[in-house]
Amino acid sequence: MIALVANPTRAVYAALIATLAIGWALVAFDGGTFTLNDLVGIQQRSAALGIVAVGQTLAILAGSLDLSVAYLISLVSLVAAETMAGQSSNILTAVVVALGVSALVGLVNGVVITKLKVHAFIATLGVALVIRGVLDHLYDGPAGRVPVDFQQLGYARIGPIPVAAILWAAVAAGVWFLLRRTRFGHRVYAVGGDVEVARLSGVRTDRVVIAAHVLCSLCAGVAGLLLASRLGAGAPTVGTDGGYDLESIAAVVLGGTALAGGRGGVAGTVGGVLLLAVLDSVFNQLEVNSFFKDVVRGVVIVVAVAVYARRTGRRAS
Amino acid sequence: MKRAIPIFVVLAGLLVAIAAANPFFLEPAGFLAFLKRVAPLAILAAGQYFVIVSGEFDLSVGSLVTVEVVVAARLIDGDEAMTWPVLVLLVVIGLLVGLVNGLVTTKLRVPSFITTLGAMLILSGAVFLWTGGAPRGALSQGFRVFGREGVWAVAILVLVVVAAVLLMRADFGRTLVAAGDNEKAARLSGVRVDRVRVFAFVLSGLSAAVAGILLGGFAGVSAQVGQSLEFQAITAVVLGGVVLGGGRGHVVAAIAGAFTLEALFTLLNLHGISGALEYAVQGVIIIAAVAVGGLRLPSLRLSPSKV
Repeated sequence: MIALVANPTRAVYAALIATLAIGWALVAFDGGTFTLNDLVGIQQRSAALGIVAVGQTLAILAGSLDLSVAYLISLVSLVAAETMAGQSSNILTAVVVALGVSALVGLVNGVVITKLKVHAFIATLGVALVIRGVLDHLYDGPAGRVPVDFQQLGYARIGPIPVAAILWAAVAAGVWFLLRRTRFGHRVYAVGGDVEVARLSGVRTDRVVIAAHVLCSLCAGVAGLLLASRLGAGAPTVGTDGGYDLESIAAVVLGGTALAGGRGGVAGTVGGVLLLAVLDSVFNQLEVNSFFKDVVRGVVIVVAVAVYARRTGRRAS
Repeated sequence: MKRAIPIFVVLAGLLVAIAAANPFFLEPAGFLAFLKRVAPLAILAAGQYFVIVSGEFDLSVGSLVTVEVVVAARLIDGDEAMTWPVLVLLVVIGLLVGLVNGLVTTKLRVPSFITTLGAMLILSGAVFLWTGGAPRGALSQGFRVFGREGVWAVAILVLVVVAAVLLMRADFGRTLVAAGDNEKAARLSGVRVDRVRVFAFVLSGLSAAVAGILLGGFAGVSAQVGQSLEFQAITAVVLGGVVLGGGRGHVVAAIAGAFTLEALFTLLNLHGISGALEYAVQGVIIIAAVAVGGLRLPSLRLSPSKV
């Protein structure tokens, strides 16, 4: 048990398996069954949050954080759906434009944080407010139309596996490779661990933080595209309704990544997202009140981080 | 106080601009209405200041305000006799939530961002679990008087400001800033870091209770009454030149930050930039204010004898 808890990534997967087992038992006891379909549903639901959380992991590892992702997701869903306007021929343009907007927002976040030296919390909160203002000003409700071809992204399956889950896995694998196997990844850990030390060792810390923010926003953009394909249109509230800003940060931390930066990784985040999704799914099966779900989610997040803090604290002392 | 000077200049400028656009603002009734509107955010900013200057965050105050208002409406349910017992209960809830936030953050070593994010989920989930999804009941006239009558709201605001200043001048204030500035150094020089931090969270919880009582009277009962107030309070504190991460900044400047934010909203409304674009302007101004504050800091440090 101690060996399990010693490594937060392993701990979150242990918790995931335990939750699945207990959930399975509870649902069975309740007279229901937990089928392959439910497992697929879990992947389906968690894909959007998962993609955002993978991006958020990059920002947090670099010692930053991004509160603007929820509004960015809404903005991207609208930009994409309006550019597509129901025509399959516009899909490529729409994806390029949507990702371009995302990258731009990430660039602004990163530049404000590094060059203007504004705390990431305030910088990304400010950018979130700006996007919110633009959204409220331009849109009253859902807009644009997504062609049927593009809706495949949200609904199609290859065998039993949803395309959305494959997309999530691809994004996670890409970021994992970036973090663990490239120079950029090592720099992200160095900057998140100690900016001064990284700077003195010759890392251009500003560039690393900006790149992390651009990638984080791109992930949010991909999630926005996914949600647009699922809704069949763009919606100004799709990002905030999902609570993707705080929820993604919670998933990252649940996965064992330190909020202060420099420690953790994508594998833990994927586990954290799956854990939240399994909890959600079990509660749905048991038809638990949605407010009770929030209470449990809050408790789980705090308890998990308290457990990690115990371990790392002991090792340090 | 040196860091605080820009915020007072900005606030004075905004107030002059408001007065120029709307002369009613200079009359006692107009200014009282403004103070009444500012009071809840200013009180929240004072509470948030204690937490931030000690190096932590409190994201739970928004949902705590909602909890306070919803609980009050359900328990009072229009019954005048319940007013005072419920007021006491609300204060106790505020203190208790702050205490739990503080203990979880210091004793279980959970980062306060996560502790209070969890508290936010738990509080809003629990209160609507209890009321069945929507606020029920009604507040009594005796309860609403605090938020509705400008005199009451201003009296409470003044009381909070005076108490906050006195607290920061006492040993507590000095040890709180020391804990936020350099935790290790503070600990080694005998500061009970955990204890002062827990107390800071308790004060923040208390401020949310008081703000909830005022907002219940001012804005009425709704499930959205506390929405995004935590971000507004943090923004106000940061506008006042208080540094996220702790150790620097003055409580009066944090409260002035709340005034500035509210004055900004008022001015934007007067000029017809209401609703939608208001957020965009607000976002740009917050970033600009903090960026300018950050750039100005070094020059102030180099010439401590001036200013």
